[in-house]
Amino acid sequence: MNTAAFPASSSQAPASILPRRSGFFGRLSDLFWRRPKLFLFLMLTPPLLWLGIIYIGSLIALLLQSFFSVDDFSGMVNYEFTLSTYAQLLNSANFDIILRTVVMAALVTIASAFVAFPIAYYAARYAQGKWKALFYLGVMLPLWSSYLVKVYAWKLILAKEGILTWLFAKLHLGWLLDGVLALPVIGGNSLSVSYIGTFLVFVYIWLPYMILPTQAALERVPANLLEASSDLGATPKQTFRTVLLPLALPGVVAGSIFTFSLTLGDYIIPQIIGSSRLFIGQAVYTQQGTAGNVPLAAAFSVVPIVIMAIYLWIAKKQGAFDAL
Amino acid sequence: MNAVRFQQVSRHFGQIRAVDRVDLEIAPGEFFAMLGPSGSGKTTCLRLIAGFEQPTGGHIEIFGETAEGVPPYRRNVNTVFQDYALFPHLNILDNVAYGLMVKGVGKAERLKAAEQALELVKLPGYGARRPGQLSGGQRQRVAIARALVNKPKVLLLDEPLGALDLKLREQMQEELKSLQRALGITFVFVTHDQGEALSMADRVAVFNDGRIVQQGTPHDIYQRPKTRFVADFVGSSNVIAPDTMSSLGGERRWASLRPEAIRLTEGSGVAATVKATSFLGAATRLSVETNGARLHVTVPAGQPAPDTGAAIRLAWLPADVHYMDDAA
Repeated sequence: MNTAAFPASSSQAPASILPRRSGFFGRLSDLFWRRPKLFLFLMLTPPLLWLGIIYIGSLIALLLQSFFSVDDFSGMVNYEFTLSTYAQLLNSANFDIILRTVVMAALVTIASAFVAFPIAYYAARYAQGKWKALFYLGVMLPLWSSYLVKVYAWKLILAKEGILTWLFAKLHLGWLLDGVLALPVIGGNSLSVSYIGTFLVFVYIWLPYMILPTQAALERVPANLLEASSDLGATPKQTFRTVLLPLALPGVVAGSIFTFSLTLGDYIIPQIIGSSRLFIGQAVYTQQGTAGNVPLAAAFSVVPIVIMAIYLWIAKKQGAFDAL
Repeated sequence: MNAVRFQQVSRHFGQIRAVDRVDLEIAPGEFFAMLGPSGSGKTTCLRLIAGFEQPTGGHIEIFGETAEGVPPYRRNVNTVFQDYALFPHLNILDNVAYGLMVKGVGKAERLKAAEQALELVKLPGYGARRPGQLSGGQRQRVAIARALVNKPKVLLLDEPLGALDLKLREQMQEELKSLQRALGITFVFVTHDQGEALSMADRVAVFNDGRIVQQGTPHDIYQRPKTRFVADFVGSSNVIAPDTMSSLGGERRWASLRPEAIRLTEGSGVAATVKATSFLGAATRLSVETNGARLHVTVPAGQPAPDTGAAIRLAWLPADVHYMDDAA
């Protein structure tokens, strides 16, 4: 198309159909406009190929490994279908690892939800303007710094010579810390080598993943529903239980999917901070690495997937997604 | 005793005086309308009665009892919200039964009461549906049922008909009015639609800038507006400046003259030119110019309406000219 298509004099009326934009891209825009499905197809193919082949494909390859076994003598993988690797998961040492990880993930999730809710509630209902910006900054800032740096920083904080021990001593509460550390199972020599330490660091590291979806869900609850509830005679506690919580629950569940699954799969935090007893992530790491038992590592990595599936199924049954 | 009583009630938001020293008395069983443009303080007054807002100053009584400092859930007053505020996660029956549920009424009893309330608003059998599955008009009825099931002493309605189309709105106006008569509950109704206020209410308070400009029966307010604002806002009367009024043969004071009170005459009368016409169905509204002033004149359907540019003559009864006390 050339510029002559434009009216030469101002007295001439403009054309009712404008000329096509020149060049390849002009034709392409028109083509895409006429065939939106072609556009969608071209737009989705690359990510779907990536997701389908590289991501899901490798996941399936991994899962297939879990149905093979390792020959005890040669240490070679025996490529025959068997459920014996899954049976190994149930022997007491391996089952302890699973149980320990699931209990930890559940406790971390519950604690995160309790800590996150008031923060998210404040941000969604009260914070405005620069306070809201400050909230986002405060929640996101820890995500910008290195995960390892944060975990090692916590090791120092929780160590016997660390600032927390010092603080408790200064407050004349050293006996309290000692008492907690003297507790069986969850206690230990210092916080940094106890389950309590692992728990604290998990909660710290995953908290933003709980706050953000909870806040987003709370933000979507219209304020007049809370007013309507109060108007109809509900005390603040009843309004919380019967209106706010059910409507915010999808957000809390979304957050808990993050905290729960991230804790299930993490192998660094329990290795640096804790009682050196294995979690699922560490078991996968050692089985596929030093032990060279890829089938067992694969079977271990199926466990979080199955647990998450069960968790989501229960959440759906309980109506957690009804308000979506 | 009054159902609702405001004594010098104010509600300020920072520098903004949303409600400014309002005195108000609403009688039990009355259908009371608060009329005004947006931002005039009428909704804030409603929220003060409901308890969502606390007054900055003054005193509020509901059936003789002090209301300030009492939270909404301890007031036997219920609200029909502008956008209905139905709970999306509950079905219709549970929505209606909500007020009874939080008060600890047993399940069978409260669901029966909710079903009855749904019958009252002509929605029997809709209990199992979700709010999202109902039309705007139906949701509005559910909101009314949800409020009425609590047997409130005062029912507050915040522009409840605003989102409905014209036909439905007229139908709901009649139904609300007959519902109010049948139940004998005090209704306080907030609206910016003067037609709605005049047709439904026993008494109307006209709000402007956080204050009540005039209170009275619809007839009073329409026929004898106190100020230019009321004359203009209620029924869009012709507000005539003192100079123009005297040149038209009246007193040298601000005056209000209803468009429908002006007749077209032959021969005698005030000369005027038609500047614009708009066809309203039941009438044609003329915008005419006379003695340098613009006036609106309505010509009922059936009478010939002059065309734009026509020279006409106007007449009205001196009794239809209403002089106003102040110029504000």
